[in-house]
Amino acid sequence: MPSRRRGAPGSGGASAEGERELLSAADLARTVARVAHEIIERTAPDGGTAPVVLLGLPTRGTYLARRLAERIGEITGAVVPTGTLDPTLYRDDLRLRPTRALAETELPPGGIDDAVVVLVDDVLFSGRTVRAALDALRDHGRPRAVQLAVLVDRGHRELPIRADYVGKNVPTNRSEDVAVRLVEVDGEDGVSLR
Amino acid sequence: MTGTDTSIGLRHLLSTEGLRREQAEALLDTAAGMEQALTGRAVRKLPTLRGRTVVTLFYENSTRTRVSFEVAGKWMSADTINVSASASSVSKGESLRDTAATLGAVGADCLVVRHPASGAPHRIAAWLDRVGHSHLGRDGHVAVVNAGDGTHEHPTQALLDAATLRRRLGRVEGAHVAVVGDVLHSRVARSNAHLLATLGARVTLVSPPTLLPVGVETWPVTVSHDLDATLAQGPDAVMMLRVQAERMHGAFFPSAREYAVRFGLSQQRADHLPDHAVVLHPGPAVRGMEIASSVADSDRAAIAEQVTAGVHVRMAVLYHLLAGEDVA
Repeated sequence: MPSRRRGAPGSGGASAEGERELLSAADLARTVARVAHEIIERTAPDGGTAPVVLLGLPTRGTYLARRLAERIGEITGAVVPTGTLDPTLYRDDLRLRPTRALAETELPPGGIDDAVVVLVDDVLFSGRTVRAALDALRDHGRPRAVQLAVLVDRGHRELPIRADYVGKNVPTNRSEDVAVRLVEVDGEDGVSLR
Repeated sequence: MTGTDTSIGLRHLLSTEGLRREQAEALLDTAAGMEQALTGRAVRKLPTLRGRTVVTLFYENSTRTRVSFEVAGKWMSADTINVSASASSVSKGESLRDTAATLGAVGADCLVVRHPASGAPHRIAAWLDRVGHSHLGRDGHVAVVNAGDGTHEHPTQALLDAATLRRRLGRVEGAHVAVVGDVLHSRVARSNAHLLATLGARVTLVSPPTLLPVGVETWPVTVSHDLDATLAQGPDAVMMLRVQAERMHGAFFPSAREYAVRFGLSQQRADHLPDHAVVLHPGPAVRGMEIASSVADSDRAAIAEQVTAGVHVRMAVLYHLLAGEDVA
């Protein structure tokens, strides 16, 4: 099941018709590279004052964080620690849905204290996942600053949260579904709207 | 957002018999997730069950199980309250049903019950399901967890044993587990026999004929009366059961000495186990009886790990029972 961040429940079901490609595999690679450059510009991971840590939100944010770290490493030579942070236990909508499975949480060995933590996710929608992640982060330590990088910002925020790095802004209808596919999970790269 | 909704349809946790494999595996996966979520952090507190009330109702003594449930609840921010039979209205003659109804009425979302009578938690679950609590303006039900009922079941113990085996062996499926000792009085043995079989393990019960329950032939296990023969098969894990003197009202074996010689896990016996084999004991262990002190303290023994796994497993159980929307 490649898709996440769907609007109306039951709107899934992959059908070729009514599906619009937003990013091809090549677009996605270019977008990741651009965001990597922006992160370098803003945080100077190769000699800035604070260490930079990329934390992905499972599932696809984790892989995007690793890709970003790789690109940053290629460009600057700096080794950027990455990790993954599952915000499920901090969500405010647990009671509204069937019980959710937990995903992986693994912070880099150096921890996050005094680091600039960049949270990485694939799609920014209501902002509630990021809100939960911020709460989870607080229990793991005290970063110097927290930033947010997303591949797609589809709007419809329900909280005062915005991303520092956006791969692509996509105006969407609430009932539409932004499907991000990554090789690591889905066997191919791409983003589509349906 | 992790995306996947995996409600496993658990309303109560009363036994491992009848627990489906995907339910058991979801509980074990969640327990592993809880361990990860709490590893290496200063604040061991999750907000997940804020505002939910967990009452432990214990009619029998217990240290590890009660504390483990209480810690599990507290680490997820539930309000946990202990009721022990000796210090409650039970000592004034209140019936089990009235006590359970009272705890439901004061607002418990979950009752964790230990009782000397087999089936007591099932009865409580049935009563509370029938009464309902709509008159309290609550749409939810009261979830009941069996924390050990008589000689019947102790499902969270079996789950924590399976979680420990997963950690030590990397898998449960295909593992050969010998469960040794007083099977007759052991709810741990029964829960493990069913759960481990459901998870695809091969279980051998090793016990004197006098300490086997009636109907054991219907369990998904092999039965042996010879510990050395079973150990010679090279089991992946050996689970030693406590000899439950407090439940024995007759002569089940000639002497403690003879029992220890025939069914105790001595150092010599442990030395002949495969290198990877794990020794489990649900505790409290009677050293020198069913397990030699040197074996209980060896690296093979996972007794302390079992206790730690117990907290994560109980967090997983409370999470699945209380965190999501109500299971109809």
